[in-house]
Amino acid sequence: MTTASGRTTTSAPAIEVEGLTRRFRVRSKGFARTEVTAVDDLTLTVGAGESVGYIGANGAGKSTTIKMLAGILVPSAGTVRTCGLEPVRQRRELARRLGVVFGQRSQLWWDLPLAESYRILAAVHSLTPQRERERTAELVERLELGGFLTTPVRQLSLGQRMRGEVAAALLHSPALLVLDEPTIGLDVLSKQRLREFLLAERAAHGTTLLLTTHDMGDVSRLCERVLLVDRGRLAYDGSLAGLSRTVGARRVLVVDLAVPAADLHGVPHAEHLDSEGGGLRQRLAFDDAATTAAAVLAAVSERVEVRDLSVEEPDVEDVVRRVYLSRGR
Amino acid sequence: MADLDQAPARAGTHRSTTALAALAAWWRPYRAVLTSRVRAQTSYRGSFALDLASSVLIGLVELAEIWVLYRSVDALGGLDLAAVLLVFGIADTAFSTADLFVGHVDTLPRYLRAGTLDVFYLRPQPLLAQLVTSEISLRRVTRIGVGLTALAVGLAVNDIAWSPLVVAFLVVVLLASTLTFAGLFVAAAGVQFFLVDASEMTNAVVYGGRYAATQPASVWGKPLVALFGFAVPIAFTAYLPVVALLGLPGAEWLPSWLGWLAPLAAVWTWAVALLAWRTGVRHYQGGGG
Repeated sequence: MTTASGRTTTSAPAIEVEGLTRRFRVRSKGFARTEVTAVDDLTLTVGAGESVGYIGANGAGKSTTIKMLAGILVPSAGTVRTCGLEPVRQRRELARRLGVVFGQRSQLWWDLPLAESYRILAAVHSLTPQRERERTAELVERLELGGFLTTPVRQLSLGQRMRGEVAAALLHSPALLVLDEPTIGLDVLSKQRLREFLLAERAAHGTTLLLTTHDMGDVSRLCERVLLVDRGRLAYDGSLAGLSRTVGARRVLVVDLAVPAADLHGVPHAEHLDSEGGGLRQRLAFDDAATTAAAVLAAVSERVEVRDLSVEEPDVEDVVRRVYLSRGR
Repeated sequence: MADLDQAPARAGTHRSTTALAALAAWWRPYRAVLTSRVRAQTSYRGSFALDLASSVLIGLVELAEIWVLYRSVDALGGLDLAAVLLVFGIADTAFSTADLFVGHVDTLPRYLRAGTLDVFYLRPQPLLAQLVTSEISLRRVTRIGVGLTALAVGLAVNDIAWSPLVVAFLVVVLLASTLTFAGLFVAAAGVQFFLVDASEMTNAVVYGGRYAATQPASVWGKPLVALFGFAVPIAFTAYLPVVALLGLPGAEWLPSWLGWLAPLAAVWTWAVALLAWRTGVRHYQGGGG
């Protein structure tokens, strides 16, 4: 367990969690305190090299789990092993094998350009000059950071900064990369680039990926396996296809009509969700397994004149809601 | 072959160079952050100059306060103006130096809110060491200059029987006082894990302590003696050493030989500071304690 390089211990599971529980005491009113269970008896294993989506509604316990994996929070009960190490007791050793991208908090120095941030981080992780050069060059090229490497971080766009954050978390070549909401707020192109990069990084170095997200697109393009948490408990563990089969993850067709029309009920395999502008814009949910976007559009076009359309990918919140419904809650 | 022959002769120097290399490797992460902070602070020359100037001004105003006070009295608590200048010089130099290196740690709540502390967890250095070296307040150098000037004048105008022992005493006192104030900053940071909005309270102790340190402790009231005499050993940073150095009688509750115990005060402060920090981190991680 004392090997210097994280790479050599890829045989150990990246994450081993057993009976993991975390309770918080929250001050409710005055001096009264109530106990909230954020993570409840969680047991799971993520093998080295896997790519796992960790999804759940807001407050389901995702961030709390990540903090316990990184050694920031001490579990109330149960055990955690990250990269074969005990996160709290062996935090400094773990820091050499783990990279984390927090969507909301930055690793970078706001008043410095990325290039200098990477120089500092290379020193922080004691990279040799040669390793520093090679790895920085690789990340700059793959994440296309070259155009804004010397711009202070505070002047970067969100998409640029996010790519910069991912490079910062990967500079020391961790065996496990945890991403907490990496694509939140990004435009379509930035999301696409980031996903492509993560796929390439994983293919090149066998990096284990664990990502929390609200974007089913992230999960469907990046993850072979989905873990769904609901109120701190593991509600589903398996493939995304399996999850969609279980709950019927639905896509949504949004149509803008030429003239306002009555709600479009009765379209085959589609359900009318809502209407805006007195029926000028209508949203219909449909199940990918039963029909296609084209078929729904054809059925709608028979009844009204469609001027514009878009298709919304299934939302994690929606999937989670339907899991709850299917379990009769 | 020639290399092999010379190898034994170089073994000694080789050992010291590897020790030096190990030290450089250990220092590298901290140096990288600090040099970038220095560059960032000095890159805007105009505002940096302004910062330096305002820092001098504050120091001079506080010095003037003492001078004004001593225009109406000859001595206060057994200390005349010359002696008090020495107290001020030692206290202000030590405090400003501590402030330069670790002063930013008592802004911990800002780090907690911005989540910077979570980022420190992802780096293979101790948290406190990372926090201490995450920033440096260069503008305090001019403030140290004011303290050193007061100290130099104080040393010149007082009747001191110079000897190597006196010089060593002064060096030790300056070092110990700086460490005491640095410990005070760290202790304040530890407390702020529990009371995120308590910076007013910790400021009262830290900056109140600085102010108290520049005054003759013999004029303090009982509650102040309890607080800054022993619990937070402020009296040991400048007043007691000066009383010991000048051979003054001192206050009855603080015999003048206590001035020799300045290093002990630093050790005591750091013991409390590290305990407070440890407890604070435990609390942050939610491990109880």
